[in-house]
Amino acid sequence: MTMFDDERIGQLLRVLPPAPEGWVRAAQELPAARSSLDEIVARAEADLAFRQALVADLEAALALEGYEPHRRVVDELKRRFSES
Amino acid sequence: MSQLSTLSDAELVQRCRAGNTDAWNELVERFSRYVYSVCTRGYRLSEEDAEDVFQEVFTRVFTHLDTLRNEAALRPWIAQLTRRLCLDSIAKRGREHATEEPMAEELAADLAEIDEAFTVREALATLSDTCQEMLDRFFARDQSYRTISAELELPSGTIASRIARCLSKLRTELEGRKEGPGGSRG
Repeated sequence: MTMFDDERIGQLLRVLPPAPEGWVRAAQELPAARSSLDEIVARAEADLAFRQALVADLEAALALEGYEPHRRVVDELKRRFSES
Repeated sequence: MSQLSTLSDAELVQRCRAGNTDAWNELVERFSRYVYSVCTRGYRLSEEDAEDVFQEVFTRVFTHLDTLRNEAALRPWIAQLTRRLCLDSIAKRGREHATEEPMAEELAADLAEIDEAFTVREALATLSDTCQEMLDRFFARDQSYRTISAELELPSGTIASRIARCLSKLRTELEGRKEGPGGSRG
Protein backbone atom coordinates (compact mmCIF):
# COMPACT_ATOMS: atom_id res chain seq x y z
CA MET A 1 0.00 0.00 0.00
CA THR A 2 1.44 3.34 -0.97
CA MET A 3 -1.07 5.86 0.39
CA PHE A 4 -3.28 5.91 3.42
CA ASP A 5 -5.50 8.88 2.73
CA ASP A 6 -9.13 8.51 3.72
CA GLU A 7 -10.38 8.42 0.16
CA ARG A 8 -8.15 5.47 -0.74
CA ILE A 9 -9.06 3.61 2.45
CA GLY A 10 -12.73 4.13 1.63
CA GLN A 11 -12.18 2.81 -1.90
CA LEU A 12 -10.45 -0.29 -0.56
CA LEU A 13 -13.21 -0.95 1.97
CA ARG A 14 -15.66 -0.91 -0.94
CA VAL A 15 -13.65 -3.59 -2.75
CA LEU A 16 -14.75 -6.24 -0.26
CA PRO A 17 -18.53 -6.15 0.11
CA PRO A 18 -20.10 -8.99 2.08
CA ALA A 19 -20.69 -12.24 0.21
CA PRO A 20 -24.36 -13.24 -0.01
CA GLU A 21 -25.53 -14.45 3.39
CA GLY A 22 -26.80 -17.76 2.03
CA TRP A 23 -23.41 -18.59 0.56
CA VAL A 24 -21.64 -17.85 3.81
CA ARG A 25 -24.16 -19.88 5.80
CA ALA A 26 -23.84 -22.85 3.45
CA ALA A 27 -20.05 -22.77 3.78
CA GLN A 28 -20.32 -22.53 7.57
CA GLU A 29 -22.61 -25.55 7.60
CA LEU A 30 -20.04 -27.70 5.81
CA PRO A 31 -18.91 -29.58 8.95
CA ALA A 32 -22.52 -30.57 9.68
CA ALA A 33 -23.15 -31.41 6.04
CA ARG A 34 -19.99 -33.50 5.91
CA SER A 35 -21.02 -35.36 9.03
CA SER A 36 -24.46 -36.07 7.50
CA LEU A 37 -22.79 -37.28 4.34
CA ASP A 38 -20.60 -39.76 6.22
CA GLU A 39 -23.59 -41.00 8.20
CA ILE A 40 -25.75 -41.42 5.08
CA VAL A 41 -23.02 -43.31 3.22
CA ALA A 42 -22.42 -45.60 6.20
CA ARG A 43 -26.14 -46.32 6.46
CA ALA A 44 -26.45 -46.92 2.73
CA GLU A 45 -23.62 -49.44 2.90
CA ALA A 46 -25.25 -51.30 5.78
CA ASP A 47 -28.92 -51.04 4.78
CA LEU A 48 -29.83 -52.26 1.30
CA ALA A 49 -33.40 -50.90 1.42
CA PHE A 50 -32.15 -47.44 2.35
CA ARG A 51 -29.58 -47.59 -0.43
CA GLN A 52 -32.25 -48.58 -2.97
CA ALA A 53 -34.48 -45.74 -1.80
CA LEU A 54 -31.60 -43.29 -2.22
CA VAL A 55 -30.82 -44.52 -5.71
CA ALA A 56 -34.51 -44.36 -6.71
CA ASP A 57 -35.14 -40.81 -5.45
CA LEU A 58 -32.30 -39.28 -3.50
CA GLU A 59 -33.96 -36.06 -2.32
CA ALA A 60 -37.18 -37.79 -1.30
CA ALA A 61 -35.32 -40.53 0.60
CA LEU A 62 -33.23 -37.97 2.46
CA ALA A 63 -36.27 -35.90 3.35
CA LEU A 64 -38.11 -39.00 4.54
CA GLU A 65 -35.25 -39.88 6.87
CA GLY A 66 -35.06 -36.33 8.22
CA TYR A 67 -31.76 -35.32 6.64
CA GLU A 68 -31.27 -31.69 5.69
CA PRO A 69 -30.89 -31.74 1.89
CA HIS A 70 -27.73 -29.60 1.59
CA ARG A 71 -27.09 -29.14 -2.11
CA ARG A 72 -23.48 -30.20 -1.88
CA VAL A 73 -24.39 -33.30 0.11
CA VAL A 74 -26.93 -34.24 -2.53
CA ASP A 75 -24.41 -33.61 -5.33
CA GLU A 76 -21.73 -35.62 -3.56
CA LEU A 77 -24.10 -38.52 -2.92
CA LYS A 78 -25.19 -38.52 -6.57
CA ARG A 79 -21.54 -38.61 -7.58
CA ARG A 80 -20.73 -41.47 -5.24
CA PHE A 81 -23.74 -43.54 -6.24
CA SER A 82 -23.07 -43.03 -9.93
CA GLU A 83 -19.51 -44.29 -9.41
CA SER A 84 -20.52 -47.40 -7.49
CA MET B 1 -15.52 -8.18 18.30
CA SER B 2 -15.60 -11.92 19.05
CA GLN B 3 -12.69 -13.61 20.77
CA LEU B 4 -12.11 -15.76 17.70
CA SER B 5 -11.80 -12.75 15.42
CA THR B 6 -8.59 -11.77 17.21
CA LEU B 7 -6.93 -15.14 16.60
CA SER B 8 -4.12 -15.38 14.08
CA ASP B 9 -4.74 -17.48 10.99
CA ALA B 10 -2.45 -20.18 12.40
CA GLU B 11 -4.39 -20.33 15.67
CA LEU B 12 -7.64 -20.45 13.76
CA VAL B 13 -6.40 -23.36 11.64
CA GLN B 14 -5.37 -25.25 14.77
CA ARG B 15 -8.83 -24.85 16.28
CA CYS B 16 -10.54 -25.86 13.04
CA ARG B 17 -8.39 -28.98 12.89
CA ALA B 18 -9.52 -29.79 16.42
CA GLY B 19 -13.12 -29.74 15.19
CA ASN B 20 -14.14 -26.41 16.69
CA THR B 21 -17.16 -25.32 14.63
CA ASP B 22 -17.04 -21.74 15.94
CA ALA B 23 -13.50 -21.49 14.60
CA TRP B 24 -14.69 -22.80 11.25
CA ASN B 25 -17.46 -20.19 11.21
CA GLU B 26 -14.85 -17.50 11.87
CA LEU B 27 -12.58 -18.83 9.12
CA VAL B 28 -15.44 -18.64 6.62
CA GLU B 29 -16.41 -15.19 7.87
CA ARG B 30 -12.80 -13.97 7.65
CA PHE B 31 -12.26 -15.09 4.06
CA SER B 32 -15.75 -15.02 2.54
CA ARG B 33 -15.49 -11.45 1.23
CA TYR B 34 -12.07 -12.12 -0.23
CA VAL B 35 -13.15 -15.28 -2.07
CA TYR B 36 -16.33 -13.57 -3.25
CA SER B 37 -14.45 -10.56 -4.60
CA VAL B 38 -11.82 -12.64 -6.39
CA CYS B 39 -14.64 -14.56 -8.13
CA THR B 40 -16.85 -11.62 -9.04
CA ARG B 41 -14.59 -8.56 -9.23
CA GLY B 42 -11.36 -10.29 -10.26
CA TYR B 43 -12.50 -13.03 -12.64
CA ARG B 44 -15.94 -11.56 -13.30
CA LEU B 45 -17.71 -14.88 -12.91
CA SER B 46 -21.49 -14.95 -13.14
CA GLU B 47 -23.30 -15.19 -9.81
CA GLU B 48 -24.05 -18.86 -10.50
CA ASP B 49 -20.44 -19.77 -11.30
CA ALA B 50 -19.15 -17.59 -8.47
CA GLU B 51 -21.37 -19.43 -5.99
CA ASP B 52 -20.08 -22.80 -7.22
CA VAL B 53 -16.46 -21.67 -6.90
CA PHE B 54 -17.15 -20.07 -3.50
CA GLN B 55 -18.59 -23.30 -2.09
CA GLU B 56 -15.90 -25.42 -3.70
CA VAL B 57 -13.14 -23.27 -2.18
CA PHE B 58 -14.50 -23.73 1.33
CA THR B 59 -15.24 -27.41 0.77
CA ARG B 60 -11.61 -27.98 -0.24
CA VAL B 61 -10.31 -25.87 2.61
CA PHE B 62 -12.42 -27.89 5.03
CA THR B 63 -11.43 -31.28 3.63
CA HIS B 64 -7.74 -30.51 3.07
CA LEU B 65 -7.00 -28.34 6.09
CA ASP B 66 -4.91 -31.15 7.56
CA THR B 67 -2.58 -31.03 4.56
CA LEU B 68 -1.67 -27.35 5.05
CA ARG B 69 1.94 -27.58 6.24
CA ASN B 70 2.39 -23.95 7.26
CA GLU B 71 -0.66 -22.91 9.27
CA ALA B 72 0.20 -19.23 8.87
CA ALA B 73 -0.01 -19.63 5.08
CA LEU B 74 -3.78 -19.97 5.13
CA ARG B 75 -4.36 -16.75 3.20
CA PRO B 76 -2.02 -17.48 0.26
CA TRP B 77 -3.37 -21.03 0.15
CA ILE B 78 -6.98 -19.81 -0.08
CA ALA B 79 -5.94 -17.17 -2.62
CA GLN B 80 -4.23 -19.72 -4.85
CA LEU B 81 -7.10 -22.19 -4.53
CA THR B 82 -9.67 -19.54 -5.40
CA ARG B 83 -7.74 -18.35 -8.45
CA ARG B 84 -7.24 -21.90 -9.72
CA LEU B 85 -10.92 -22.76 -9.30
CA CYS B 86 -11.95 -19.53 -11.04
CA LEU B 87 -9.75 -20.44 -14.00
CA ASP B 88 -11.22 -23.95 -14.04
CA SER B 89 -14.70 -22.46 -14.03
CA ILE B 90 -13.88 -20.19 -16.97
CA ALA B 91 -12.31 -23.10 -18.87
CA LYS B 92 -15.36 -25.26 -18.18
CA ARG B 93 -17.66 -22.61 -19.57
CA GLY B 94 -15.71 -22.75 -22.81
CA ARG B 95 -15.43 -19.84 -25.14
CA GLU B 96 -19.01 -18.58 -24.78
CA HIS B 97 -17.96 -16.04 -22.15
CA ALA B 98 -14.55 -15.35 -23.63
CA THR B 99 -15.25 -11.67 -24.20
CA GLU B 100 -16.10 -11.19 -20.53
CA GLU B 101 -12.79 -12.56 -19.31
CA PRO B 102 -10.63 -9.82 -17.85
CA MET B 103 -7.39 -9.04 -19.64
CA ALA B 104 -4.28 -10.28 -17.88
CA GLU B 105 -3.08 -6.82 -16.84
CA GLU B 106 -6.50 -5.75 -15.66
CA LEU B 107 -6.91 -9.01 -13.74
CA ALA B 108 -3.53 -8.62 -12.06
CA ALA B 109 -4.44 -5.07 -11.01
CA ASP B 110 -7.82 -6.15 -9.67
CA LEU B 111 -6.33 -9.06 -7.72
CA ALA B 112 -3.63 -6.79 -6.28
CA GLU B 113 -6.30 -4.33 -5.18
CA ILE B 114 -8.34 -7.14 -3.58
CA ASP B 115 -5.23 -8.23 -1.65
CA GLU B 116 -4.66 -4.66 -0.55
CA ALA B 117 -8.30 -4.40 0.50
CA PHE B 118 -7.91 -7.56 2.56
CA THR B 119 -5.05 -5.95 4.44
CA VAL B 120 -7.30 -2.98 5.18
CA ARG B 121 -9.99 -5.37 6.45
CA GLU B 122 -7.43 -7.00 8.74
CA ALA B 123 -6.56 -3.60 10.15
CA LEU B 124 -10.27 -2.80 10.49
CA ALA B 125 -10.73 -5.97 12.56
CA THR B 126 -8.46 -4.50 15.25
CA LEU B 127 -10.72 -1.46 15.80
CA SER B 128 -13.70 -1.30 18.14
CA ASP B 129 -16.93 -3.06 17.16
CA THR B 130 -18.55 0.36 16.72
CA CYS B 131 -15.91 1.53 14.25
CA GLN B 132 -15.99 -1.76 12.36
CA GLU B 133 -19.77 -1.56 12.09
CA MET B 134 -19.79 2.08 11.08
CA LEU B 135 -17.14 1.81 8.36
CA ASP B 136 -18.45 -1.48 7.04
CA ARG B 137 -21.98 -0.17 6.74
CA PHE B 138 -20.97 3.07 5.06
CA PHE B 139 -18.31 1.81 2.66
CA ALA B 140 -18.68 -1.94 2.09
CA ARG B 141 -22.48 -2.10 2.39
CA ASP B 142 -23.03 1.32 0.84
CA GLN B 143 -25.59 2.36 3.44
CA SER B 144 -26.69 5.98 3.75
CA TYR B 145 -26.25 8.11 6.88
CA ARG B 146 -30.00 7.84 7.39
CA THR B 147 -29.97 4.01 7.29
CA ILE B 148 -26.98 3.77 9.59
CA SER B 149 -28.56 6.23 11.97
CA ALA B 150 -31.83 4.29 12.05
CA GLU B 151 -30.28 0.85 12.39
CA LEU B 152 -27.73 1.77 15.03
CA GLU B 153 -30.13 4.16 16.78
CA LEU B 154 -27.69 7.06 16.63
CA PRO B 155 -28.45 10.72 15.91
CA SER B 156 -28.06 11.22 12.16
CA GLY B 157 -26.02 14.38 12.70
CA THR B 158 -23.24 12.41 14.39
CA ILE B 159 -22.74 9.74 11.70
CA ALA B 160 -20.36 11.73 9.47
CA SER B 161 -18.11 12.74 12.36
CA ARG B 162 -18.08 9.18 13.74
CA ILE B 163 -17.10 7.82 10.33
CA ALA B 164 -14.32 10.41 10.08
CA ARG B 165 -13.01 9.48 13.55
CA CYS B 166 -13.07 5.76 12.74
CA LEU B 167 -11.33 6.36 9.41
CA SER B 168 -8.63 8.26 11.23
CA LYS B 169 -8.14 5.34 13.65
CA LEU B 170 -7.98 2.93 10.73
CA ARG B 171 -5.41 5.08 8.96
CA THR B 172 -3.29 5.16 12.10
CA GLU B 173 -3.51 1.38 12.38
CA LEU B 174 -2.49 0.95 8.74
CA GLU B 175 0.40 3.36 9.10
CA GLY B 176 1.58 1.42 12.16
CA ARG B 177 1.55 -1.78 10.11
CA LYS B 178 3.53 -0.15 7.33
CA GLU B 179 6.19 1.01 9.74
CA GLY B 180 6.62 -2.23 11.59
CA PRO B 181 5.30 -5.68 12.45
CA GLY B 182 2.35 -6.34 14.69
CA GLY B 183 -1.36 -6.54 14.38
CA SER B 184 -1.37 -8.87 11.41
CA ARG B 185 -3.37 -12.06 11.68
CA GLY B 186 -1.12 -13.80 9.17
